[in-house]
Amino acid sequence: MNDIPKNLIRFVILVFIQVAILNNIQLNGVLNPYIYILFILLLPFEIPNWLLLLLSFFLGVSVDVFTNTIGIHASACVFMAYLRPYVLNYLSARDGYEVGTSPGIASYGFSWFLKYSLVLIFAHHSFLFLIEVFSFSNFGDTFTRILLSTIFSLVLIITSQFLMFKK
Amino acid sequence: MKNLIHLIVRFHFTILFLVFEIICLILIVNYNNYQKATFLNSNNTISGNIYRKVSSVTDYLSLAKTNEELSRENARLNNLMFDSFKEASDSSYLFKDSVYQQQYIYREAKIINNTVNKHLNYITLDKGSLHGIEPEMAVITPNGVVGVVKGVSKNYSSVISLLNSRLKVSAKLKKNTYYGSLSWDGKNYRRAKLFQIPFHVPVQIGDTVVTNSFSAIFPEGVMLGTVDEILPTAGSNFQEIMVLLSNDFKSLSYVYVVGDLFKKERLELEKGGEK
Repeated sequence: MNDIPKNLIRFVILVFIQVAILNNIQLNGVLNPYIYILFILLLPFEIPNWLLLLLSFFLGVSVDVFTNTIGIHASACVFMAYLRPYVLNYLSARDGYEVGTSPGIASYGFSWFLKYSLVLIFAHHSFLFLIEVFSFSNFGDTFTRILLSTIFSLVLIITSQFLMFKK
Repeated sequence: MKNLIHLIVRFHFTILFLVFEIICLILIVNYNNYQKATFLNSNNTISGNIYRKVSSVTDYLSLAKTNEELSRENARLNNLMFDSFKEASDSSYLFKDSVYQQQYIYREAKIINNTVNKHLNYITLDKGSLHGIEPEMAVITPNGVVGVVKGVSKNYSSVISLLNSRLKVSAKLKKNTYYGSLSWDGKNYRRAKLFQIPFHVPVQIGDTVVTNSFSAIFPEGVMLGTVDEILPTAGSNFQEIMVLLSNDFKSLSYVYVVGDLFKKERLELEKGGEK
């Protein structure tokens, strides 16, 4: 069970990177990457559903505390965590996932991870930006923000995977 | 009953998801309102301390610019002052004078966190109630308006930035004193919109927009920006005016927090009038 300390450290590091570095990146006033959701992406397959939701909630609240937006990131994270089992199920290989592995490029390859993270990041960003604006007016603007930020976050998350988990 | 339990067990994931989302919604509604967020935000001690550490590193990067700003401000103050009070950089003075009464008191503070890319932007300052800062004080720079203090803790305070679509500032055109309200539309961090200027008022590009004395927060005549574009509006008696903000919110570092010594008296009088 060395999953617990590993994930705990990952939680702290990702939240720190998010609030100390990435929240200060403001390209063009619309682009804001969110890398902290990598924590949800990398949780092990066997994690019980209730724990998945609970951890995502706390992850969101920790980021919210730093950005003065209590509840906004938390709700987006919970939404993303809710979709995760369905996305995993939909993308699963013919013989399912091996016990003891966690979702990552190392175990399941680049194209699998790209699909998996693209769907979840897009879901998270859509929910986040829509709930932040809290209306559907100016939907074009919001949609541009969602798309650009999704691409930005995706690139960062995939790059980080290559940097950290290369053998 | 058995069926109900069966149903709950079967859909526990979805039910739990809905419960969490409802909690989040309650949090969003309760803690993101104007001036309600006094708890769990960036003026609490843990995140405030971390922000200060981060700021102590990033400050080096803007040192040259900050120095330039400070020397310009010093030169301006030297021109204004008859006496050399300027050495005291960290405290404020009350002056007793039998002819003039001091109305506004200025305290300097440093920005330790600031965003411009959200719809609702907030700023954190390194001074709090120990230094005399209270909610609803004005925050300005020599260039113009920055925001309004929202909440204070002992050593930090959080400020609603002018780049927050929930903040509306009472503004007027300097040349003819017609007044309207200025707020940010969430798009460009250099521009805000001025509403409620009637059609018959002549407005030209380049006209100065300043605060007026209708709200008890800002002193009168603090710079907001200059008219940048006049937007055509159909079916309304008012013009919509784009204002180029005089402050560049991406490069702010030191600000002044302004308190109004007569505010209580004024508010009490105005409140009494409503009865």
